[in-house]
Amino acid sequence: MEDSRRRFLMLAGISAVGLTAKPVLDAFAAEQKQHPTIGLKKAKDALTAKQWGMVIDTRNFHSADDLEPIIEACHKTHNVPSIENEHHEVKWIWEEHFHNAFPGLAQKYQDERTEHAPFLALCNHCENPPCCRVCPTKATFKRESDGIVLMDFHRCIGCRFCMAACPYGSRSFNFRDPRPFIEETNKSFPTRMKGVVEKCNFCAERLAVGKLPACAEASDGAIVFGDLYDPASEVRELLRTNYTIRRKQGLGTEPAVYYIV
Amino acid sequence: MSDKKLIIAGVVIFVALIAFPFWFNMGKAAPAPELKLTEHAKTANDGKCVMPVDYMKAEHMQLLDVWRHSVVRNAERTFVNTSGKEFNMSLSNTCLDCHSNKADFCDRCHNYASVRPYCWDCHIDNPKETE
Repeated sequence: MEDSRRRFLMLAGISAVGLTAKPVLDAFAAEQKQHPTIGLKKAKDALTAKQWGMVIDTRNFHSADDLEPIIEACHKTHNVPSIENEHHEVKWIWEEHFHNAFPGLAQKYQDERTEHAPFLALCNHCENPPCCRVCPTKATFKRESDGIVLMDFHRCIGCRFCMAACPYGSRSFNFRDPRPFIEETNKSFPTRMKGVVEKCNFCAERLAVGKLPACAEASDGAIVFGDLYDPASEVRELLRTNYTIRRKQGLGTEPAVYYIV
Repeated sequence: MSDKKLIIAGVVIFVALIAFPFWFNMGKAAPAPELKLTEHAKTANDGKCVMPVDYMKAEHMQLLDVWRHSVVRNAERTFVNTSGKEFNMSLSNTCLDCHSNKADFCDRCHNYASVRPYCWDCHIDNPKETE
C-alpha cells in the first residue's frame, strides 16, 4: 500500500510537469517571435558631449530687454505657459538680480554695472544634482550619456521634493493645467499636465537633431554652449581666458553654467 | 424541509439577479470598432506602419514605452524596424503624422476597450492642425 501510493504520487508529479512544460515552452517560443530584432540609436547629426555646459557672458546684457528675446525663444520652443499669478508661475529661464543669483558674492558696496545688470538664471545641470538624489521615482535623473539633468514627466508624481532640493529655484510646479496659458503652441514639442514639475532640459530635443539650445541661438553669441569635458571646446576656451563665477558654488553641486561678469 | 419550495424559489431569484448583467446584455455586444486610415497613412512608407499591423494592434503600448525610455533616458531617438527602416521615435511627430485622425483611429479602439490613456494630456494630439 505504502509503495503504490508513493508510486502514484511520483507518476502524478511527472505527468504534471509533462503537461505544464509544453505550454510554457510554447509561450517562450512565441515570445521570441513577438519581439523581432529592432534597433535604437542616435540620429547621425546628433550633438554629443560628456557633460554639456554653458558660459553666459553677462557683459552683453544691460537691461531686461536684452534678455527678453532669449527667454521668449526658450519658452516658445518648449510650450512654457505664461501665468500671471506668481504663485503659479512656470519658468525655464528667467531674469535675476546679482544679489539673488549669487548671494555669497554680492558685496556691501557693489559696482554699479553688476548691481543693476540682469542675470539669466536657468537649471545648472549640476554634476552632483541634489534634485535627482531626492526624487522618489527617478523621474528626474542625470543622464549619463551627456550629463543633462532631465525630467521624465511620465514618471513625475508631483511630490516637489526636487523643488525643495534645488538651491537655484530652477524648477516650477504645474499647479494648474498649463495648456490654456500657452499663447502659441509649438506642435512638435509636448506640453505638460497639471501636477508635474518642469524645468530647463538644455534643449535635449534640439541637441538630438544637431541644433544648439534655443537660448544660445537667440543670444547673438552671448551664451556659448559646449562640452565641459572637452579641453578643446569653445566653452573651455572661454573658461581659460575669462574669470567666471558659478551660482552657489560652495554647496558642492558643481553647476555646469558659468557666468562671465 | 417544509421550506423547500421557498428555498428553491429564493435560489432561483438569487441566481437570476446575480446573472442579470449576462442575460440582460446577451446578444448586445458592441461590434468591434472600424478604424479609419488617413490617405497619408495608406500611402506613406508603402502603407506600412513602423511594425507589422498585428504587432502594432497588440503591442503598440509596449513599443511606445520602449520608445519613451530610449528617447528620454538614453538619448537615442532613431528607431530601426525589422526591415531596417529608420523612424524618429515621436508620438506626436511620427505616429500622428500618419494617424492624424485621432478621433477615428486612437479613440475608437480606446473607447471600445474602455481604456483612457493620458498621452494627450501632454502630447499634442494633432500636430498638423492649423489654428
